[in-house]
This record gives sequence, C-alpha cells and structure tokens, in this order.
Amino acid sequence: MSIKVYVPRDTTANARGANEVALMIEQTAYQKDVDINVVRTSSRGLYWLEPLIEVDTEKGRVAFGPVSAADVNSLFEQQFYAGQEEHELCQGLTEEIPFLKNQQRLTFARAGITEPLSLDDYTAHDGFKGLQNALKISSQQIVDQIKNSGLRGRGGAAFPTGIKWQTVLDAPAEQKYIVCNADEGDSGTFSDRMILEGDPFVLIEGMCIAGLAVGATQGYIYIRSEYPLANEVFAQAIELAQNAGYLGNNLCGSDKTFHLQLRMGAGAYICGEETSLLESLEGKRGMVRVKPPLPAIEGLFGQPTVVNNVISLASVPIIMHQGADAYEHYGLGRSRGTLPLQLTGNIKQAGLVELAFGSTLRELLDTFGLATRTGNKMRAVQVGGPLGAYLPESLWELPLDYEAFAQAGAVLGHGGIVVFDDTINMTEMARYAMEFCAIESCGKCTPCRIGSTRGVELIDKIIDPLQLSQREAHLQLLDDLCDTLEDGSLCAMGGMTPFPVRSAMKYFAQDMEKFND
Amino acid sequence: MCKSVAENDSQNSQLILDAIAALKDQPGALLPILHKIQNSLNFVPETAIPLIAKALNLSNADVHGVVSFYHHFRHTKPGVHVIQICRAESCQSMGAKALEQHARQILEIDYHQTTDDGQFTLEPVYCLGNCACSPSVRVADEIYSDMNTQKFDELLKNLHSRSTKVEAL
Repeated sequence: MSIKVYVPRDTTANARGANEVALMIEQTAYQKDVDINVVRTSSRGLYWLEPLIEVDTEKGRVAFGPVSAADVNSLFEQQFYAGQEEHELCQGLTEEIPFLKNQQRLTFARAGITEPLSLDDYTAHDGFKGLQNALKISSQQIVDQIKNSGLRGRGGAAFPTGIKWQTVLDAPAEQKYIVCNADEGDSGTFSDRMILEGDPFVLIEGMCIAGLAVGATQGYIYIRSEYPLANEVFAQAIELAQNAGYLGNNLCGSDKTFHLQLRMGAGAYICGEETSLLESLEGKRGMVRVKPPLPAIEGLFGQPTVVNNVISLASVPIIMHQGADAYEHYGLGRSRGTLPLQLTGNIKQAGLVELAFGSTLRELLDTFGLATRTGNKMRAVQVGGPLGAYLPESLWELPLDYEAFAQAGAVLGHGGIVVFDDTINMTEMARYAMEFCAIESCGKCTPCRIGSTRGVELIDKIIDPLQLSQREAHLQLLDDLCDTLEDGSLCAMGGMTPFPVRSAMKYFAQDMEKFND
Repeated sequence: MCKSVAENDSQNSQLILDAIAALKDQPGALLPILHKIQNSLNFVPETAIPLIAKALNLSNADVHGVVSFYHHFRHTKPGVHVIQICRAESCQSMGAKALEQHARQILEIDYHQTTDDGQFTLEPVYCLGNCACSPSVRVADEIYSDMNTQKFDELLKNLHSRSTKVEAL
C-alpha cells in the first residue's frame, strides 16, 4: 500500500510554494522508488507553517513545515514518509501543535484533513448528516433549531440567523432565494476563502438546508473575483454535488428541489453589503438599497431572500447534525457558538483560530500569535476589517464577544484581526480609511460619497506643518464630519468608516506630530 | 503575430456576440457576460457596450454604468502581465507602501498605466485573502506572498523571460 503524504491546496499554501513541493515530492518518490501518494487536502490554517505537509503514522498525522521544494530531498533522506521525526522541520503530531490544539474547531472541523473535492471524504467525515436530518423534519422545525442554536450572522452584522430565516419562511411567494455572500472583502480575513477552497460541500449542504428551511428552490453564491482558486474549486464542487444528487431536483432522493449557481463579483468592496450584492446579482451597479423593505421580504428580483455569509451557512450543517444545544453550549452571553478568527498582518503565527466566544483579544495575540513578525513591539490591532476600530494595548483585555466590542465602540465583524508594530503611523491609517471609503463608496448617499473625500483632505490639513495653528479647528471639523457619516449614511460603509478614523486619531494622537519635521 | 486591426476587431465582435448569446437568458446576465468577455480579451471593449445593451434591452448608458462601476472591468487593453498589488491594511502592516512605491518607480508607471513596451500594467487591489502572509501580489491567477522589493524584482524578471520565450516561438 502506498504511503499517503498530505499537501494542502489553498491560496496561501500555494503562494508559499505548496504546488512546487507537491510536485517535488512526487518526482523524488519516483526517483527513489518510494511508493507515495500525494493527496492535496485543504489547509489547517496554520499559515506560518505552510506549506505544511503531513504523513500518516500509527499515532496520527505527523507534520513538517514550512517545507520548501529545496527541503524535499533532505526530508526523504531522513525518511519523513515513514513518520521519522528527526528532520528539523518536523512539528510532531499535527493535532498536538498548540496553535491547533487550543482551538475549538466546529465549522472548520475538516480543515486540513479532507480532500476538498472528494465527496467520499466529506461523507466519511460527517458530511450531509445535517441535510439528512433536515429532510426528515418540517421547515419550521429547521428554523427552530437554528434559532435555538443562537447562531448570529458571521458576516459582521451578527443578526440572528434563525429570525432572518423565519421572516423568509413566513413571507408568501412563488419563488424565494438563498443568497450566499462570499464577497469577503475585509482585509485580514480569509475564513470564507478557506471554506470555499477547502470544504465547499459544507457550504453547499448549508445552503440546501437553508432552502428547505424557508422554501427556496434556487440559490446563488456570489464569490469575489479576487479569489481565483475559490471560484475554480467551488464551481467544480457544485458540479460534483449535482451529479451525486445533493443539488437539483429530488434532493437526496426526496421530493425537494434546490438549485445552486455561482456568480463572480467584480472587485467592488461595497458588494459585500447585502442589498448592493443583490443589485449586482441582478446585473446592475452595486448601489445600496434603502431598507425597508428588508431582503427577507423583497430581496433578489423582488422576492423573499435569505442573504447569509459563508461562515453562517457553513455552520448550519453541524447544528443540524449535532443539535442546537451542542452548538449553543459554546460561547458567552448572547454570542453563542464559535467564531473563526483570522490572525493576520504583522504577526508571527498567523492563521485561522476558531474559538468559542469569550476569550480576550490579548489571549489570542499572546497565546496564538506570540509576537510580531518583524520582532518589534505590537502597537495597534484592527479588529473587524477596514470598518473596524484600531485598538491600543489598553483595550486588548476586551472579551471577544459582539456586545463587549460594541460597548467599546468597536466591532468583531467577520473576525479579521490585523496586527501592526510600532513603526506604523496611525494618522496615515486614518487617512487610508477615508481614502478607502472614497474609492469604494457606491455613491448613493452624500456623506459617504463626498464626506470621505473631504475626510482625506482634512487629514492632509491636520498633518500639514504649515497649518499647525489651525489643527484644533481641523480636528473639530473632522469630528463633525465623522458624526455626519455615522448618522447620515445608508449602510455600514459610510456609517462605520469613522470607527477606524476616530480610534486612530484618538488613541494614537501623538502620530500627528511625526509630520512636523 | 501581426494581425490587422480590422481582423482583430471582427474576431473580437464575434467573441462578444458569442458571449452574449451563451448567457443572455440567465436572470441578471450582465455581469456574467462582462466576465466572459474580459476573460477572453482581458478588457471590455467600447464596441461591446451597444451589442450587450441591445441584447439585454438596456440603454448604452446602463451598460456603461455597470462596466465603469466595477474595478475589475478594464476599458482598455492591458499589458501582457497585469500586476496587482494589495493596498489593504494587512499588507500595509508588512510594508506594502514601500512595495507600491518601488513598483511604480521601477516600472516608471502609476496605477492603471501600462509600460511603454506593453509588458506590464499596474493595478491596485484591496485584499486577496492572503493576509496571513502579507504583502500580497497577484499576476493572472497566481498569488505571491511575503512580497518585498527584492522578490518583486525577481518576479518581474521571471515574467519578462516568460513573455520573451512566448515571442520566440
């Protein structure tokens, strides 16, 4: 029997050379006459160790990383394929690596273990069990399970998923839709991408269950164009699921129907906003819609529509399989279950950390991230993407919980965490937040469309050494402008751009002085 | 190599008409059609707009409005290699600003411009989902991680030698 060697196929693993490593292992095995079968799995999300290759042993999988093509020869010399742990890149048993061991992986239970496009692998690891359960019960019972699980939208808004589904279930219509928002545009996030590339069937299963729950027979998934591999893998997954009867008419031999189509985004950050995404799916400019009516009442093509984020939908199968209580058991206060956090930027151990709500930001930074990559002091952390606040060290004790963050004027959002060291100038980051808003604003409302450009100009004036005497007045104006954006914008783009701007100016005010020389 | 402009144009319009015919009956067909055209031509030519508008029963302005709204769609033919540099926060935390500056300097172009030899077009991009290994750069469907100025120069060299090989064939 040939020895299985697992090499991830994932955007980041590939960017760090996984394709070359896989090829080199196959070639070297052939030359040395070792019977090796290279299996391309998903990534564990331990990205600083990528390419992380694994071999089966009696004790479990043993990991080596980060492996480059140049290391392959020495790995063979030390018989890594026999589970020999002498090589300097050996990380021991994968499951024992503290970064992984200290997580609670529910939604990402299969990450790094299975082959993304193998239906056999998926079913062997609890795949489609949630769907089988859902097929046995009524729509209302499915919605009740999701309500009881306490699942809230993982895209960032944290709206209770079950309540959204109930609204769509209760809306009478000939045609309803399930739309998966895979327009993961926040910097510092990649958990959606990991599902799309690494465990696509869990998302397809989640969407099918959503369809059964609300009576929708057509689904769309909107994947951003910046994710070429995700688009490729997910398109293949849809085809495989269709051929195997997990999509289409007579779902799993039942009388139920659910069709799914993939649509690609086109580089507009605003299309991550649900109504803008719907406009885009309809073939229009991604202009934000006025709410109400809610998409649950009048969504895609004017029909009742569930719009859910990838992680929300990918969390549905495990809830339907293990039960609402099992999921609800994790978490804190009104934040139930787990949140896949993404540790990124200037951090030594960057990657995916799925944790029950409730640990603190500092625990995450210290226990999982360890230190900055540059070796300098950690100074600022942006949580929740480009519309999230910059937090100084004094706020790192905050528990990772939607309400605690909201109280501190911050957001957990989609769980992206970007770490900055002490070489960063935070006034520049405030300016960038305004600039980003100006570039990505859909243009529908004035505060966002024009206010963002005025914001950039104001910050330029604030840091201009020749206008130092007017700085206080300019700061006051910036504050007023932020009020206008917050109160006068239709959606979170304009409404939340003040979060990074205000936090950067408030907690890191001394950075303004650096422009005076 | 040197097809006449007219020949290219008629080839392009056939391609555009094929894309429209294949997709126009889908609900919300405009973006899929634009993607199909750009996938083949690397941009959406001005001549495509009235053809699409007619097929979808839209005005030229409607179609133009959509093409111009999305950063992904290009209005002009780009260079042989389109280099996208991520400008988002995670990449900035690892020195993307210096990388941008270096790229502009060495290529002697700004964003959305193409080098005189037609080899490289520079574009900004806002997150490639590779934030654990910033800074990131994308060329075609390849993502490059942990970028710095030195690795960027190597990348340029590799891309350049790739296109000279193609020309030699």
